[in-house]
Amino acid sequence: MKTIRFDQIRDAIAGLCQRANFELTADMRAALQAGVERETSPLAQNTLKRILQNADIAKERSLPMCQDTGLVIVFVDVGQDVHIEGGTLRDAINEGVRHGYKEGFLRASVTGDPIQRKNTGDNTPAVLHTEIVPGDALRLQLLAKGGGCENMSRFKMLTPADGRDGIVNFVVETAKLAGPNACPPIVVGVGIGGSFEYSAVLAKKSLLRKIGERSALQHVAELEADILKKVNESGIGPQGYGGKTTSLAVQIEVAACHVASLPVSVNIECHAHRHQEVTL
Amino acid sequence: MKNEECKMKKTEINLPLAVDVAKALRIGDEVELNGYVYTGRDQACARMFEMLQGGEKLPIELEGQLIYFVGPSPAKPGEVVGSAGPTTSGRMNPFLPKFLGLGLRGFIGKGYLSQEVKDALVKHGGVYFGAIGGTGALLSECIESVEVIAFPELLSEAIHRMKFKRFPAVVLNDASGGDLYAQAMKSEQTTENP
Repeated sequence: MKTIRFDQIRDAIAGLCQRANFELTADMRAALQAGVERETSPLAQNTLKRILQNADIAKERSLPMCQDTGLVIVFVDVGQDVHIEGGTLRDAINEGVRHGYKEGFLRASVTGDPIQRKNTGDNTPAVLHTEIVPGDALRLQLLAKGGGCENMSRFKMLTPADGRDGIVNFVVETAKLAGPNACPPIVVGVGIGGSFEYSAVLAKKSLLRKIGERSALQHVAELEADILKKVNESGIGPQGYGGKTTSLAVQIEVAACHVASLPVSVNIECHAHRHQEVTL
Repeated sequence: MKNEECKMKKTEINLPLAVDVAKALRIGDEVELNGYVYTGRDQACARMFEMLQGGEKLPIELEGQLIYFVGPSPAKPGEVVGSAGPTTSGRMNPFLPKFLGLGLRGFIGKGYLSQEVKDALVKHGGVYFGAIGGTGALLSECIESVEVIAFPELLSEAIHRMKFKRFPAVVLNDASGGDLYAQAMKSEQTTENP
């Protein structure tokens, strides 16, 4: 049994909120740089270079890379031998978000009720996905998810007969519909199988993967490559200004599902892909 | 300017945007904007639209001006503005034909516009400029001053007057009907996967 205190979780989350917003990860930088080299039009190259420059400025000045500093989504792996002391996990995470956003001068972008639409003022509450895992560690994976790209995400209940082609068509169509609104180059997170709601969680979870890291399952890795190629043939390019770099990666997670179903969720992520993690 | 990119040589445009300068712009042109713009997004645009419907006078004169669709992150103490990149323009679709009809010269944002708005740009000689979404830190370095003009209760969504210094933008829709996004979608690419 390991005891983890409320304030340890709070402080870790506050730090992750800021680091995610200020520092673009190295894998994203490398993928954007590869785009600069792949593109032939000056406009597409300049656009990607500006995105990289923005990342430098954000880090150097501790300024959020995008003014939409996102809705916080935290995937928590809770070791079953962990005991949390001093308050609940949920409260610790929300307290961390509150501190992280206020002290980091990050924008509050959360409305408390989706119909009444009043800003909560401190970017809480976060969305939590918890899983109980073996061991005595607490792993916190945090995403600060922008609204523009989230709005372009889609779900479809395909039939088993739609099969692989149906999946490819739906994901490519979603990326094309997202177009410039999602701030390309995008990362395309896909969840296939599970159930209605679980496919969406998988799509989100797939975004936590490192860019360039393919699925460990051969047939899924091939599907990722095929979809990526098709999305990049769309012509949309960086910011929709035209070019070869519409998407940096397609990342698919799969799960067992009902014999009658083929649920597919597509979660679109912008180039300001903000995620960080820590294990306590 | 700390930002080197702001120093890169592009076509510089002084605001307010003159009619003949606006008409000469073409899609894909990379420009740098100097001078004053107004900011506004969902709530400010909706309020102005309602005021016009009710026959009220607007808090700003739209004639010849540009609106930047932005809601910056909070400025740190002693700084002019926080991160300040564009938001999705399409949410402002319902209001824009009316504003263009009153002489608004154009706007700065990102993402698709409705056909009605694109038609209104052509009809009134307006221009849609794209700023790179998700580069709010870089763009903040091209903003020299910010002051609240109207609806202060809307906080970051209030109407502000911003002074640009070599603010980088790309012409997305021009006054002669050019549409950069549509052109990009037609130019299918052959690619090798990274």
